[in-house]
Amino acid sequence: MFNIESYRKAGSVAEAVRLLRENPLARLIAGGTDVLVKLRKNQEGFHHLVDIHDIAELKCITRTADGDLVIGAGSCFTAVAESPLIRRYVPVLAQAVRTIGGPQVRNMATIGGNLCNGVPSADSAPPLLALNAVLTIEGGAGPRQMPLEDFFQGPGRVALEQHEVLTAISVARDNYAGYYGHYDKYAMRAAMDIATIGCAAVCRLEDGRLQDLRLAFATAAPVPIRCKATEDRVRGRRISPELLDDIARAVTKDLQPRTSWRATKEFRLQIIATLAHRGVRQAILEAGGSIA
Amino acid sequence: MAIGKAVRRVDAIAKVTGRARYTDDYFRPGMLVAKYLRSTIAHGRVKKIDTRRAQRLPGVEAVFTYEDVPPIKFATAGHPYALDPAHQDVQDRLLLTRHVRYWGDEIAVVVAENDLIVQEALELIDVAYEEYSPLVTPEAALAAGAFEIHAGSNNVVGESCYAVGGNIEEALAQADVVLEGRYRTQICQHCHIENHIALAYMDDLEHIVVVSSTQIPHIVRRIVGQALGLPCGRIRVVKPYIGGGFGNKQDVILEPMVAFLTLQLGGRPVKMHLSREEGMIGTRVRHPFTTQMRAGVMQNGTLVALDIDALSNSGAYASHGHAVAGAAGARSRALYPRTAINYHAKTVYTNIPAAGAMRAYGAPQMMFAVDCMIEEAARRIGMDPVEFRLKNVARQGDVDPLTGEGFESCGLAECLQRGKALIQWDAKRAARPRKQTGPVRRGLGVACFSYATGTYPVCLEISGARIILNPDGSVHIQVGATEIGQGSDTIVAQMVAETAGIPLANVHVVSTQDTDVTPFDTGAYASRQAYVTSNAVFRAATALKAKILEHAGRMSGILPAELEITDGRIVRRDDRARKNMPLAAVALDAYYDKQRGGQLTVEVSHKTCSNAPAFGCTFVEIEVDVPLCRVQIKEIYNIHDSGIILNPLLAQGQVQGGVAMGIGAGLYEEMLIDPESGYIYNNNLLDYKVPTIMDVPDIGCAFVETFEPTSGYGNKSLGEPPIIAPPPAIRNALWDATGVKIDELPMTAHTLYKHFMKAGLL
Repeated sequence: MFNIESYRKAGSVAEAVRLLRENPLARLIAGGTDVLVKLRKNQEGFHHLVDIHDIAELKCITRTADGDLVIGAGSCFTAVAESPLIRRYVPVLAQAVRTIGGPQVRNMATIGGNLCNGVPSADSAPPLLALNAVLTIEGGAGPRQMPLEDFFQGPGRVALEQHEVLTAISVARDNYAGYYGHYDKYAMRAAMDIATIGCAAVCRLEDGRLQDLRLAFATAAPVPIRCKATEDRVRGRRISPELLDDIARAVTKDLQPRTSWRATKEFRLQIIATLAHRGVRQAILEAGGSIA
Repeated sequence: MAIGKAVRRVDAIAKVTGRARYTDDYFRPGMLVAKYLRSTIAHGRVKKIDTRRAQRLPGVEAVFTYEDVPPIKFATAGHPYALDPAHQDVQDRLLLTRHVRYWGDEIAVVVAENDLIVQEALELIDVAYEEYSPLVTPEAALAAGAFEIHAGSNNVVGESCYAVGGNIEEALAQADVVLEGRYRTQICQHCHIENHIALAYMDDLEHIVVVSSTQIPHIVRRIVGQALGLPCGRIRVVKPYIGGGFGNKQDVILEPMVAFLTLQLGGRPVKMHLSREEGMIGTRVRHPFTTQMRAGVMQNGTLVALDIDALSNSGAYASHGHAVAGAAGARSRALYPRTAINYHAKTVYTNIPAAGAMRAYGAPQMMFAVDCMIEEAARRIGMDPVEFRLKNVARQGDVDPLTGEGFESCGLAECLQRGKALIQWDAKRAARPRKQTGPVRRGLGVACFSYATGTYPVCLEISGARIILNPDGSVHIQVGATEIGQGSDTIVAQMVAETAGIPLANVHVVSTQDTDVTPFDTGAYASRQAYVTSNAVFRAATALKAKILEHAGRMSGILPAELEITDGRIVRRDDRARKNMPLAAVALDAYYDKQRGGQLTVEVSHKTCSNAPAFGCTFVEIEVDVPLCRVQIKEIYNIHDSGIILNPLLAQGQVQGGVAMGIGAGLYEEMLIDPESGYIYNNNLLDYKVPTIMDVPDIGCAFVETFEPTSGYGNKSLGEPPIIAPPPAIRNALWDATGVKIDELPMTAHTLYKHFMKAGLL
């Protein structure tokens, strides 16, 4: 039994925004895989719900005439993982979302919900950060856009007003064309687990050089995070085993893993360095590169 | 012939179609729900409790605290009652407690119309505590001057020892090599799918009916009576289908409370259903052990001495008490019966969740320690680990050196040979470099075990069976043996079909136990059901068959001795092809013939006075990813001597489930408790890492079929044994792969990281 005080089902994004504005205590529920867990614990702030799980306009995955990818925020992970567009143009995202929960969870949980929940362990975040994804947010006064990187503000905190709805996640053509990637989730078991560390590596090669590298992590800082200093350090360098070693060393300085009862900082750093090394290596191989 | 056939479970269709009724399906009109108020400290005393606001909440029927319950201390362990007071279980529980002994202890209970109101009411109860410092470890509990968790106990639940095979110090002095080790096993939880649930109601003013998800309905009846101070004849316990127990329902958890509540509320139905979070702390866990050991071994490979000292942590209450450490000790004796063994064990109280029975009852803890030591002994003298075990393990004809009972069946050596061949032990070892380097390394491991079949001679072993011939020639059989998912109903049907000559489809097993009508049996535990029930069923089916033939003889004028029942027909022994008579005709005649008529029924209560050790081993090959601190199982085989395999399909299921659970205990699972506060971090299935189907590899299993003459059908235990040997086998493989010896469980990535760092691998 859940302690739900009010429940309204929205038929459209506009209606959802209106219902949120009508009740300042209300918040959104989509797949429910996070919200219902909180309701089960009777956690404050989840007793008034506006349901957007059934809004068709939130479930489209399309490619614009310019070649940009637009993923409806209400797309469930199964839909994202199985989308021919995602698999063809940004397979690293499909790879990442397939690691979430189990099949039942992936049939319900949405990609927008994963981002709005704002936890450092969100598996969809590292690949989207590495793809320079941009969010579209609707609050009644016309859509606004925001880079995903600016969206995460702290553990469980995102740049979304109470009356706003995240409607879409976009990846511009320039950010994926010619890029190859790899995602690794390190967890204590192979399914039904949250990431101890998640690592997305996306790269573009040219003449045996790492022309661009974008490296992003989950559960390695208070929010999902890019490793900008490491990326700047290695951009344009010739591919070699030493380069991989250098990345593995450098990346730990970009991150702030912490000790909790779940894992120590030292252990997380060990995993971070190993995943960075192996992830970048795999991304380079995907891109057709070779490591002497 | 039905024994040895892979017949389908008799309850398979009912279960997969959702028709099988579990406790939660026993809805009663007007039923109330109840929930405990659990302490938010691990050790202390309630100074003040104010329930007035909760009582005033609309929808709340009643609130009871420790002040309202009978002042009767009772024991909860699902053991048969001991007539000797010295062997009775420790009576250290009240229905609710003022003295808080673990984080989550039960200090009050709310009864209300529904779950939401109950929850809201619980939040309205104000509690003030006087806090004591939590004693989380056995060392803290045994320290001089430590606060007594139970007054007068010195924090010791029990202590015992035995010595066999001569003086241990002399044996060690004569050994070529003496080794020492210290081994630690963790707190595990059963994680049965169906959480604890029970409901109670009264149909009259006298009798309390309890419906419960339990492994031990007849024992529940006794303990509910004891806890409430009522004669057990006024208690009726019904056990419907249950969704697993693994020993956690071989304990009395909710039943006395729901019985108390319905009694207080004029017989209104009251249900308690624990959430997973409550169940993981508020029921039972596996006792963590710390075992100190010395071994003496000769250069020729003879294991001459094992000196074992075990410290078992029972947590806040005794529950099964010292019995688990006692049973654990017996396992090494049966495994190495020609070795001098000195065994000492102590069980202590601490401020952590109470430990109780869990699959294999102390054997996983003890066999882990013993097998780690054995592995070290083999390596120290430079002997192949399998050869070393083959030289020392029990063989047919060996005698338990303490009880003097001979092992009438023992195929352990054959199990080791079979496993060695299955995993290609010799070829793989020969093909591998002597010392591996690089991030990913491979290792092979072996471990073996012994286990009992039942609890004799420590406890009583009674089983009961009642068979009724129906007018259509089919039979109904009622047994006290409880089906808890292990398949005992199916095995019972196979036994009746085998012995009485009745087609399996015509044997109906009454699955539900109801203590008002079901023959007595103490329940499903100790892997005893198929063994002790076999004799009761064999006797009952044999007697029924004799009655049928006698009646057929009276009908036909042929001597019963000349008749036989085959496939549901009465035939002549000397000429089976000749005109014969369907059993249904005999049955109908027995019911309705005015002269010969009389219902054909048999009831047998059988006491088993034997206990056959079962044996087996695990072989495993693993791959270790050193930088990621990760173990991947490439191949794993469990090979069992469980006597005759009654149903290969069910047997394989038991082995695969047990090995999966063993892999969980070896690599994944541990209940984590804050050493300062006693707070439990991971009482849920996200943070307590039970392996998923993605983590468990294909599991190979094989059986070395011996014939055990003390069983009605040649069988021995199989329910619990598969869980025992995988953890030490994996540990030995990890040592083989990396050169790192890990003497603690579980071998999670965190544990590996710690040891790999220490060894300089990272």
